[in-house]
Amino acid sequence: MTKKNYACRISRSEPGPGDGGRTGSWRVLRPVIDLEKCIPAKRNKPACFTCWLYCPDGVITRTIPPTIDYEYCKGCEICAEECPVDAITMVEETVFLKEEK
Amino acid sequence: MAEKTTILNLPEDELVHPGNRACAGCGLSIIYRIGLKALGRDTILVVPPSCLTVLQGLYPIAATQLPCLNVTFASTAAAATGILGAMRARKNTSTNVAAWAGDGGTSDIGLQALSGACERGEDFIFICYDNEAYMNTGIQRSGTTPQGVLTTTTPISGKKQRKKDVPAVIAAHNIPYVATASASYPLDLYDKILKAKTLSGPKYIHVHTPCPSGWGFNARYSVKIGRLAVESGLFDLYEKENRQFQLSGPSKRLLSKQRRPVSEYLETQTRFRSFSDAQTAAIQQEVDEKWETYRKEAECGII
Amino acid sequence: MHVIESGNVAAANGVKLSRVQVVAAYPITPQTPLTEKLSEFVDGGEMEAEYIPVESEHSALAVCIAASSAGARAFTATSANGLLYMNEQLHWAAGARLPIVMCVVNRGIGAPWTVWNDHQDAVSQRDTGWIQLYACDHQQIIDTVIKAYAIAETVSIPVMVCYDGYLLSHTYMPFKPPESNQVDEFLPRFSPEFPLNPEQPCNLNTVTLSDIRPDVHGDTAPGYMEIRHNLHTDLREALGVIQQVEDNFHQTFGRGGHPFLEPYRCEDANYIAVCLGSLSYHLRDVVDVLREAGIAIGVCGLRVYRPFPDAAVREYFKSVKGLIIFEKALSYGYEGALFADIKAAMYACTPRPFIHNYILGLGGREIQTHQLKEALYRSCTTEVAPEDMPQWLGLKLQT
Repeated sequence: MTKKNYACRISRSEPGPGDGGRTGSWRVLRPVIDLEKCIPAKRNKPACFTCWLYCPDGVITRTIPPTIDYEYCKGCEICAEECPVDAITMVEETVFLKEEK
Repeated sequence: MAEKTTILNLPEDELVHPGNRACAGCGLSIIYRIGLKALGRDTILVVPPSCLTVLQGLYPIAATQLPCLNVTFASTAAAATGILGAMRARKNTSTNVAAWAGDGGTSDIGLQALSGACERGEDFIFICYDNEAYMNTGIQRSGTTPQGVLTTTTPISGKKQRKKDVPAVIAAHNIPYVATASASYPLDLYDKILKAKTLSGPKYIHVHTPCPSGWGFNARYSVKIGRLAVESGLFDLYEKENRQFQLSGPSKRLLSKQRRPVSEYLETQTRFRSFSDAQTAAIQQEVDEKWETYRKEAECGII
Repeated sequence: MHVIESGNVAAANGVKLSRVQVVAAYPITPQTPLTEKLSEFVDGGEMEAEYIPVESEHSALAVCIAASSAGARAFTATSANGLLYMNEQLHWAAGARLPIVMCVVNRGIGAPWTVWNDHQDAVSQRDTGWIQLYACDHQQIIDTVIKAYAIAETVSIPVMVCYDGYLLSHTYMPFKPPESNQVDEFLPRFSPEFPLNPEQPCNLNTVTLSDIRPDVHGDTAPGYMEIRHNLHTDLREALGVIQQVEDNFHQTFGRGGHPFLEPYRCEDANYIAVCLGSLSYHLRDVVDVLREAGIAIGVCGLRVYRPFPDAAVREYFKSVKGLIIFEKALSYGYEGALFADIKAAMYACTPRPFIHNYILGLGGREIQTHQLKEALYRSCTTEVAPEDMPQWLGLKLQT
């Protein structure tokens, strides 16, 4: 049986994002990072990254400053809760919808 | 003793794709993401029906960047055994085999196969993510659901029976490594998986996994609630390596630190809403007695 | 060189010659000596394989499914309740398209408990998507195990090799184990397309939606129904592969040549007795006696039950006056399963032979030659209404 033939005869998934679609659409509140409070942003060197650690979906980058992939962020608020300096605020998603319009 | 991993030296490589179907704030998502970093790319996973099946993705898109075998509910540990047999037959001694099962797939329907695999000394890591009910099918009671908890199959008077002590059952097989961990302490979990990788034979890690959907709390508090479970002394982080028991980090500190009252933990979740004051007091007493025993054992140097 | 050994040992030798890499072992009467023999082979260094003593039959097939998915040639064996315990795994192995071979040493199913031979175990699993082959003597057992791997690995469908508990498993017969180097040529090493491999990660057999859906490349991936449809069509095409493998085997070893039906004195027969398993050889004696009495009768053993060789069945049977189907199993609440399948296959023929059905031998009830003779004589000389089928042979008490 050829490779192509066999591959479509079994349920064989390949890795890729977005199995659940654009999970950013689940959000009601969007996390926004205040770079003036954010520790790695303020110090301009690797530090803290607690939000990156705890994000269940891995949509926060371990960069200076951390960025959030809003395509997939589900708005769970864990980053806002766990940030040791309260640098993350949850903002109504509708605010951004209006802005995007 | 190996150095503890910190956030800053945790590997950056993400092995789970975003946009998967896990609930917002899912405790399993945290431990899975961090756990896979510990396991590394040279790993084959085995997953029975569970929340992880859905998190992993529906055909044809996989959220995980590791090879994974989905298997029938009762057969997780047997499937892991089969992969190991094939690896040995193909002279592959490096690839890790890790099973990730929920509490049902580990300690109810999956217990027989797990017991058999432990008895055979299979060289795998078995990670049970314990969200204390059959969450994937919509919050039905399981063997690890704590007593009194409201689930869809214990909807009014709560679960009558006690929580099954699964790590103790597995430890009775005298396998090289049994540990408990929590989604709220991912670095501790990470280090425990790293340690498990260095050992031969069966390794079992039981991870307390907060579930906003099933436990009834705002997803924002997933990590905080898991932390409360440990800080109140209800769920203990420990390792049992070659029969030597040792409390880990945040739990060990409770030997000399004040524990949070269990009521603080119980009142955060609607699944405990039918608890009377008497029930809460009974739990507090049990926890107090348990920690008194720990304290005495620590004094004698047993733990 | 011929050896004289039991059917179970014949099977074990077939497994050894097939260079199976992973054996999942769980004992159950009457398969147990097969499992024991394999452990002897592996422990004694005669066979290079991983011998895994599992804690249940469900786990046995789980081990094989996983091992096969990870690229190893896998084997297990069972009977009766053991086969049923792994039922969900049977469906799984077929849907996962894994070339596992399993010996089923046919035994009746509880309740009530029985350890003796009938075919209800395998026959009740005919809808799982496995290829189901039947062996009638020890030579066929050892040869069919080897052929089974060749078939399985060509079509990526698991194969059940069935043989009668006690009647074959525990009796001793001479047979000739094929030469190892010839088997190696006939059956190359297992090299699957997509073994589980960290270098090519994939997620196997996860939840598959009803509808089709784009994959990570933007191509359309099949839904559950397409995948299952493929299993079915590949099973039908497997009939051709079974023929091919039989021809290759015949060329290499000089044995075999009847992939679907094994006839005896059928060329000029007006009536043909049909059955699965070693009963077809028992019936040969009866055929000889009836021939002497002037009845033009033959017997045909069915070697392949699934995929059902309906074209071969029609070809062989279309010109006879009557078919008499003997079965050690049935579809409870209706009639014999093989009877129903043959009737369906013959439906398109005009004219159609009459088709009779005898249920016998359940739970190892002794099948006496005179009973077979009387039943066949009755069927060939008396008109029996179709509504009176199935008939039961060998019942002793009025129930």
